[in-house]
Amino acid sequence: MSDSTNQNLRRTPLYALHIQLGGKMVPFAGYELPVHYQPGILKEHLHARAQAGLFDVSHMGQAALSGHDPAAALESLTPADVRGVKDGQQRYALLLNPEGGIKDDFMVARLDGESSLHLVVNGATKEGDFAYIAGQLKARATLTPHADRALLALQGPASEKVLSRHAPAAKDMTFMKVARMDVAGAPAIVSRSGYTGEDGFEISIAAGDAERVARTLLNEPEALPIGLGARDSLRLEAGLCLYGHDLNEDIDPVSANLVWSIGKRRKADRDFPAAEKILKLLSDGPREKRIGIRPEGRAPAREGAAIADKTGRIIGRVTSGGFGPSANAPVAMGYVETAFAADGTEIDLVVRGKPLPARVAPMPFVPHRYKRAETVSKAG
Amino acid sequence: MSEVRYTDQHEWVRIDGDVATVGITKYAAAQLGDVVFVELPEAGRKVGQGSEIAVVESVKAASEVYAPVGGEISESNPVLAAEPAKINADPEGEGWFFRMRLADKSELGKLMSEAQYTEFVKSL
Repeated sequence: MSDSTNQNLRRTPLYALHIQLGGKMVPFAGYELPVHYQPGILKEHLHARAQAGLFDVSHMGQAALSGHDPAAALESLTPADVRGVKDGQQRYALLLNPEGGIKDDFMVARLDGESSLHLVVNGATKEGDFAYIAGQLKARATLTPHADRALLALQGPASEKVLSRHAPAAKDMTFMKVARMDVAGAPAIVSRSGYTGEDGFEISIAAGDAERVARTLLNEPEALPIGLGARDSLRLEAGLCLYGHDLNEDIDPVSANLVWSIGKRRKADRDFPAAEKILKLLSDGPREKRIGIRPEGRAPAREGAAIADKTGRIIGRVTSGGFGPSANAPVAMGYVETAFAADGTEIDLVVRGKPLPARVAPMPFVPHRYKRAETVSKAG
Repeated sequence: MSEVRYTDQHEWVRIDGDVATVGITKYAAAQLGDVVFVELPEAGRKVGQGSEIAVVESVKAASEVYAPVGGEISESNPVLAAEPAKINADPEGEGWFFRMRLADKSELGKLMSEAQYTEFVKSL
């Protein structure tokens, strides 16, 4: 990165804390963020799975969508059942362009007793998303970005113990619940969610409270700060998509294997962007599909590696790949022609010009350990 | 006494007679982070100075390792396949990558001394 580029990078409210904690800062989504701290990616990853890790995800875009019926308005841009999101609930949704390509993936939450919706979108896409949503919905809803808010993610099996010391109400939440509460005395929007496959929380707070709240949580013996490197290896092991890598505007929800995010009512009403095209892909089958991949040896295959069948014909590409510290093996995800998408299919990954034997594998690579309402403390 | 020389790609090479032992420096190992895989050359392979000869993969990324001098590979470190973490634990000792027979001693003149390399790392 050249200096002139660095000058254009933004800093989150936790920048000074990252520096003090020894974070190795790198450019990411237009921000300077820590890729890792002193322990390194491997130890940070394993700590988040064993105890609790605190991530600064303040680069992500937060906004309120208000109006007469913001849920109905938002449904014109997503196939998710937004109207069905109950008070105190959050849902994963895809923002689609008019052709049915994925503009972004995001979270939509309805806070108890509030008429507006709370949105969290990806950092790298937030300006474009907000302009698009505001423009498309201008007659029906108002989008208000919360540029003055920070977002912390506390992830791992000890997260509940750590957070409930400073926000007792967090203990009673289950996966994908959301509520306003004070965290260490700071007004916050807390959701029981995250992007690691572990139990955990995302905590939205005013920028001015961020450093104090982060320090309070990091003071707990179970918690360590975790950088972007481990955030990526954790989400990959959890089989979760990274926008701009595993998802983009040329990929539709069916090929991306995210059909579960399309509401049942929405399928019946066929009233979302490119609904006819997407429902036809659903009945006819897509040309290619997102899959999990386990290389057979120890060598990781990275994003961009070609995927070949056993005759050497190119049938797809790796979109995320690396070493999974908890899987203790290389793991990857990518897209292949649908005929090769079944679990167990033998494929080759082309790494440094040589075929690396691999198999299509079910995801997640490491079981999810969410605290679901019906199966509290299910170990996966 | 053996002599150790360094490249600007952060490889070290230790010369004992006409045998050269090659690895990556402490600085390189720290920059890479936790090494999870290494691809090493087979004995008998001939390489020219500066050509790609091995690959080291950390959790973060893949990096090429270049031959600091030309010659023929005589052996690769047999423990690294099972214990790539040795590269982080002892990069300039037990974490050596391969040994080779040196083709042309004069190539060593293009490499840095320990003092020069230390200065070079400080300048980065």
